[in-house]
Amino acid sequence: MSAATIVNLPDQKTAVIPKKNYINAEDGILSWLFTADHKRIAILYLISITFFFLVGGTFAGLIRLELLTPQPDLVASDTYNKLFTMHGIVMIFLFLVPSIPATLGNFLIPIMIGTRDLAFPKINLLSWYLYMFGAIFLSAAIVLGGVDTGWTFTTPLSTHYLNTHVVTAGLGVFIVGFSSIFTGLNFIVTIHRMRAPGMTWFRLPLFVWSNYAASVLMVLGTPVLAITLVLVVLERTIGIGVFDPTKGGDPLLFQHLFWFYSHPAVYIMILPGFGVISEVMSTFSRKRVFGYSAVAFSSVAIALFGFFVWAHHMFIMGVSNYSALVFSLLTMLVAVPSAIKVFNWSFTMQKGSITFETPMLYALAFIGLFTIGGLTGVFLGSLGMDIHLTETYFIVAHFHYVMVGGMLMAFLAGLHFWWPKLTGRMYPESISQLSAVTSFIGFNLTFMPQFMLGYLGMPRRYHSYPPEFQVLNVLSTAGATVLGFGFLMPVLYLLWSLKYGKIAGNNPWQATGLEWQIQSPPLTENFIEMPVMDHEAYDYEWLAHKTEQEVTTVG
Amino acid sequence: MDNAIVATHDTHVEEHHVELPQLRHHFETEEQQREAGTFGMWLFLLTEIMFFGGLFFAYLLYRNWYNPAFVAASNQLSIPLGTVNTAVLISSGFFMALGVWAAEVRKKSLLVLFLILTNIAGLAFLGVKAVEYKEKWDKHHIPGAHFDITEFVNPPLNPKTGKPVEEPLSPDMAQKTQLFFVLYFAMTGMHALHMVIGIVLLFWLTYRANRGEFTEGYVAPIENFGLYWHFVDIVWIFLFPLLYLINRHPGT
Repeated sequence: MSAATIVNLPDQKTAVIPKKNYINAEDGILSWLFTADHKRIAILYLISITFFFLVGGTFAGLIRLELLTPQPDLVASDTYNKLFTMHGIVMIFLFLVPSIPATLGNFLIPIMIGTRDLAFPKINLLSWYLYMFGAIFLSAAIVLGGVDTGWTFTTPLSTHYLNTHVVTAGLGVFIVGFSSIFTGLNFIVTIHRMRAPGMTWFRLPLFVWSNYAASVLMVLGTPVLAITLVLVVLERTIGIGVFDPTKGGDPLLFQHLFWFYSHPAVYIMILPGFGVISEVMSTFSRKRVFGYSAVAFSSVAIALFGFFVWAHHMFIMGVSNYSALVFSLLTMLVAVPSAIKVFNWSFTMQKGSITFETPMLYALAFIGLFTIGGLTGVFLGSLGMDIHLTETYFIVAHFHYVMVGGMLMAFLAGLHFWWPKLTGRMYPESISQLSAVTSFIGFNLTFMPQFMLGYLGMPRRYHSYPPEFQVLNVLSTAGATVLGFGFLMPVLYLLWSLKYGKIAGNNPWQATGLEWQIQSPPLTENFIEMPVMDHEAYDYEWLAHKTEQEVTTVG
Repeated sequence: MDNAIVATHDTHVEEHHVELPQLRHHFETEEQQREAGTFGMWLFLLTEIMFFGGLFFAYLLYRNWYNPAFVAASNQLSIPLGTVNTAVLISSGFFMALGVWAAEVRKKSLLVLFLILTNIAGLAFLGVKAVEYKEKWDKHHIPGAHFDITEFVNPPLNPKTGKPVEEPLSPDMAQKTQLFFVLYFAMTGMHALHMVIGIVLLFWLTYRANRGEFTEGYVAPIENFGLYWHFVDIVWIFLFPLLYLINRHPGT
């Protein structure tokens, strides 16, 4: 299909919220806490991660406020260390890793592949409880006085030199890790074994493909982080010496084991975001995703390459030059599948019938910001540049471009896109477009100066800096304020829309996925009769044809 | 779609009626449910491999670096006890395999018998392991403040030849034996923890098997537990040579 297909669905103005749906199927708080319904668990996750996003965001705000002036004046230096550590730990382990898979993925994957639930509903609920249990540990670490290792738990700093709550925080991350293992395991089994008749691998929506790739990373990577944290905790409590040079251990081993998980972890965070962008791009261009199989396989390729690049975090830590060369080359290779995705999304828009609803605005922001984030990653992957730029604000800007500019924008794109499906109501369109634009401007104002700061040599993780860096830091803090408003607005108007939003109807976007062919919000069982997939994904011809038939049968 | 096996249940009702677990509502067929369960178990075992993988990686690295210390320290382990334990664990796995077979051919008393035998062998393994740990405790080979390296710096003399039974190590290298014991305890301890979890599950499965839950065609829990139990066996099959057997003499 080269050109866009125009679909005219029946008017959605007369739509009503269906009498029976998953939200009102059972009443009472206990029916939510003991639910096995993937959609309700997704909502539980959504509430929890939003809470921790606001916590982590508050830490970020305090960090930026401190950096407004060169001299330390708002907080003491050890408090500052705790702030950036807890910002990192909360944002990564409690927000970014579970963000899209555990909320949108949990909600949508069973519906997209045409089944009633994930393969193991109780394990799905268990994973939420594990998440909350780990989150309690992490909150305890914060409330009892914080932890200041940096989110990386670097030894020997974490095991020998600090007097903060490293063990509590480490156990918290350990437990949260199992929640992500169980989510990944559930997705893989579900996608392999529960697809509806006719739903072949190459008819799966790309959102499913990218979550599948992320699940593989979760399942293979997270256990390594778990054992690493066990060893850190043992080292700290009883001094086993595995990472202690005085006893023959090697701190570099910690780095290898930690980054063996934590580099793939950034793909765990970004891959589901890619999936959202594929769905949104196709829907708002009214075209099949350009190069469907290339986009699908590039997810798998990223997952595969992602496991063999971890040592690029260690170029300045004394790894051998030869291995550094190999890891540098492999790091550049990851740019290839990422670029395939960006080019294919761009081509999807070509000759499409593009409309600029909020999800599309966020998705366009994603493409721009992710491209910058990805390309600066290539700078950092090359050996010479990395020595100059690592441990400076350049790194900070790079991963915020990917994680916030990429992942968070994708999460918001997805949240707005599927909000009608989740709740049955539309978000208010114009204010949300405003918030998308605000976030985009605020984001660039926050982090673009940080690229310059890093290039000029301002190190990360310091709470004071030479006065000549102040102008750029003030710009960055000003941007963070704008960004803060940009992220706060959706929280408020989405809550508002729960009661006052326009009723959405089944398919407000005229999208093709199975999830749009059922009522919104869906029934607990998702489908009244089990679907049979008889067309390709993103087949707008099929949708146009289907609606014609519907009109005739109704009339 | 109905569960064919559950549907035939009523035709041969036994003396005590048991409620068979129904097909979970979200699966289309019994077969799909069984496949999903087994596939999930395999994936879980994959995560377990990655979990142990970190320890194996550390062991191989340090063994390579501090070979003399690791050789001397591994000579402290008792090959007879290790061999006995290997035999015990393999027979436990054998009983488990027979248990899966008994469940499949729907022989309740055989299934219960094999599950109990599996459990006894598992407990015996832990008993032998406890004896070995006790010996390490007595010799001050538990890593930590009381770790004692004299045995490696001044090995006891062989009464016949009057020579040391081992090459003496320099105090610096002898310190590294502590790393061996750290990894020994971490790996065998993590393995034992998996055994303990397995044994607890076995008691529960035996109770349920005794109520006849797994001999009416619904064998998935027994099968999946069997996979777990065999995985725990396999880990030991790798641990035994790595810790006890390989390269017991320096320079060879």
